[in-house]
Amino acid sequence: MTVTPLGIPRRLLEFTLDGEPVRAPEGSTLLDACRAAGKDVPTLCQGDTLTPKNACRVCVVEVAGSRTLVPACSRKAEPGMEVRTDSERARHSRKIVLELLASSVDLSTTPRAAEWIEDYGARPDRFGPDAARLGEEPRVDNELYVRDYDKCILCYKCVDACGDQWQNTFAISVSGRGFDARIAVEHDAPLTDSACVYCGNCIEVCPTGALSFKSEFDMRAAGTWDESAQTATTTVCAYCGVGCNLTLHVQDNEIVKVTSPHDNPVTHGNLCIKGRFGYQHVQNRG
Amino acid sequence: MDLHFGDGKPTDEERAAVDALLGPPESSWEGADRSDGDLRWARGGRTARDRRDLLLPGLHAINDRVGWISEGALGYLCRRLTVPPAEAYGVATFYAMFSVRPRPATVLQVCTDLACAGAGASELCAGVEAGLGPGSGVGVERSPCLGLCERAPAVLAVRAGDPVRTAVSAPATVESAVLAASAPDAAPEEAPVAAAVPQAGGEAGNAALTLLRRVGVVDPTDLDDYRAHGGYSALRRAFAIGPAAVIREVTESGLVGRGGAAFPTGRKWQATASQPARPHYLVCNADESEPGTFKDRVLMEGDPYALVEAMTVAAYAVGAERGYLYLRGEYPRALRRVRHAVDRARARGLLGDDILGQGFAFDIEIRRGAGAYICGEETALFNSIEGYRGEPRSKPPFPVEQGLFGRPTVENNVETLVNVLPILNLGAQAYAAIGTGGSTGPKLFCVSGSVARPGVYELPFGATLGELLALAGVRAGLRAVLLGGAAGGFVRPDELDLPLTFEGTRQAGTTLGSGVVMAFDDTVPLPRLLLRIAEFFRDESCGQCVPCRVGTVRQQEALHRIAERTGAAAAGDIALLREVGRAMRDASICGLGQTAWNAVESAIDRLGAYE
Repeated sequence: MTVTPLGIPRRLLEFTLDGEPVRAPEGSTLLDACRAAGKDVPTLCQGDTLTPKNACRVCVVEVAGSRTLVPACSRKAEPGMEVRTDSERARHSRKIVLELLASSVDLSTTPRAAEWIEDYGARPDRFGPDAARLGEEPRVDNELYVRDYDKCILCYKCVDACGDQWQNTFAISVSGRGFDARIAVEHDAPLTDSACVYCGNCIEVCPTGALSFKSEFDMRAAGTWDESAQTATTTVCAYCGVGCNLTLHVQDNEIVKVTSPHDNPVTHGNLCIKGRFGYQHVQNRG
Repeated sequence: MDLHFGDGKPTDEERAAVDALLGPPESSWEGADRSDGDLRWARGGRTARDRRDLLLPGLHAINDRVGWISEGALGYLCRRLTVPPAEAYGVATFYAMFSVRPRPATVLQVCTDLACAGAGASELCAGVEAGLGPGSGVGVERSPCLGLCERAPAVLAVRAGDPVRTAVSAPATVESAVLAASAPDAAPEEAPVAAAVPQAGGEAGNAALTLLRRVGVVDPTDLDDYRAHGGYSALRRAFAIGPAAVIREVTESGLVGRGGAAFPTGRKWQATASQPARPHYLVCNADESEPGTFKDRVLMEGDPYALVEAMTVAAYAVGAERGYLYLRGEYPRALRRVRHAVDRARARGLLGDDILGQGFAFDIEIRRGAGAYICGEETALFNSIEGYRGEPRSKPPFPVEQGLFGRPTVENNVETLVNVLPILNLGAQAYAAIGTGGSTGPKLFCVSGSVARPGVYELPFGATLGELLALAGVRAGLRAVLLGGAAGGFVRPDELDLPLTFEGTRQAGTTLGSGVVMAFDDTVPLPRLLLRIAEFFRDESCGQCVPCRVGTVRQQEALHRIAERTGAAAAGDIALLREVGRAMRDASICGLGQTAWNAVESAIDRLGAYE
């Protein structure tokens, strides 16, 4: 018999969201409540499998009585709160955050970035042609994945996934400070000299495509990457007995990328090097 | 933890520096040569990991001895503390005083911030570079405010070695700066701290002063002298009335935090004292880095035992057994004096297991900052002590619930703590009678810039800006006064009747902040000042949140573009600044980003800069 765990019943809290009364289970974040109410709040650094870092500030909302805006991704709902998700004040900050990011970082592979920039009327070019950009070159130092830090918004998700939230490898950290802060291994060495175990769990959580499979990076460079021509098939990894789920992304009958479903109750989207990158034998048609 | 270490080996000197701090390693699991026993069992890893908070002191130890942090040295420190090298690298590169690249053993920091810039810092810098010449073995670095504004322009020389040598020259000439850098041991002793308190001395002595009354009067190294001047009477009273009554006194006194945020101290203490989680911690924020602020340095250099006593009282009230004093890395004399005071107090039973025979145990550990303005933010300071990057945490949870090491923590500024002594000595009512109804007690002001007698002034709240400036001998041709430092705001010369109180400045749409009062005459080009402030925030942003990390850059770029423009030519960029500033204020994680646009905004709106 299959037992479905229901968890401890949670009390419902009442508060108002954009003037409408809503109820949310105790412990929910404002973002949870917004999504439950069908409101589209943009997010970048928030991850469904990670503790909110609230670093990007693109999800800020207005809470009555709060001096500043608050990040919806991490602020817990409280009874009686009055939250506005679409006020002029919140929209202004989101617009500026998008402008600041788009004027300094390559967002070309960030899902929905272009749509949000349009929605919020952001004009990243108004900081002028001399506005400082990250100016990073892609780092291709191994056969498995590429770190293109020109696309990095410094959301900390890869650091958290590599560190104590999932992988416990601690191969990467934020180094430097301010605008010069970058994700790096110790002494900014190549990945091959670092503690990296190539699990690719950082790629799984990267929201901008700064971390990508070498196969995807090469295909994008060659102009052959075409997501509309890809299928995604979820299967079980054949390597060991854990039974991790793999989602194989296939284009032209070749596996081009492997992800893992985040709702898997055991692995939450995490894999090891074998599941993530060890698929070549499937394609070895001899 | 299964950590990966590189092949880099520490030099003997680097190893000795780390071992001097941590003691010799007990097994190969924490960096010793491998023995047979190590192959059979792992020892020391967990204990080592519990000492993560020694990472910053360890980085200091290496940097002090060698002048920079090599791969081998960092790797060895990581082995000793079981810290992942990538994380330690992230921490080492966070602080301005550390370098992970080879550099000369002597570094001369030349302050180019607001007060020093007005006193000829850029000429000094050029002169020093020319005077030292190539191959001098001295690295010259342009530094944010060194907290020596009353003696601008200032330089600080640090020569790595065992022990590390420091020399301060202020006011510096090219010759004195070159001497400090090339022979720090031979450099003349810096001016006595009493010189920073113009109100001291004279016929009335310091009788009219409360917080500063011992500065320049007592010998800062002599505990008996401190006691002879009323020292440790507040702690005795605290023991007599009990912790709850101490908190009541502090609450009734109306004392609010002097670091800039003006939060009621009694409420903070009560909230921490009532937390069931143990242990409780006390943290003294002595990371005074707001440009133009030097009052905490003067207190620590001139009356260090007062801070030790005040911390002991605070710890007794909130039930803390351990206190951390996080002291700015650029304050060598304050460090020496406070360290000496803590050691003497411990030797005399005024810190330790049984203070004054009352059965109360408390001790103070001094931690040095390493050049990061952001570490003055209370939660960033916790991360810094714990051995992480000094990035602010998001609140809630607040420090009173989950602060240092995740425990209930009271964090107070030096000046705030020192105010507790007169509260207990005079009684809450007598203390509250000083100042105004909304701002009680005496207040320290750091006056610098275009005045004849710069220094720390103590006045009861409610004195006007004009009275303070008259006391300091403001020079003719006043163009603007900066209140509260880089995070504060400018006021005009026709606003000198502004009462210096929290409510008065708030009403006038400005801030007292940390007590900075910097006067500028009409020879100082405002746009250049504003650009320096913007550069400061760009350099000091920790980089965690987007509005501040990129916003401070865009602000600096826009101010650079309009440095020579006015009127319509500047209007577009001013509109842009307003938009970015508003988002920084609304959406940044911490006070740094939230206030990074304050001074610029006030200069545009109040002073009519760029008109």
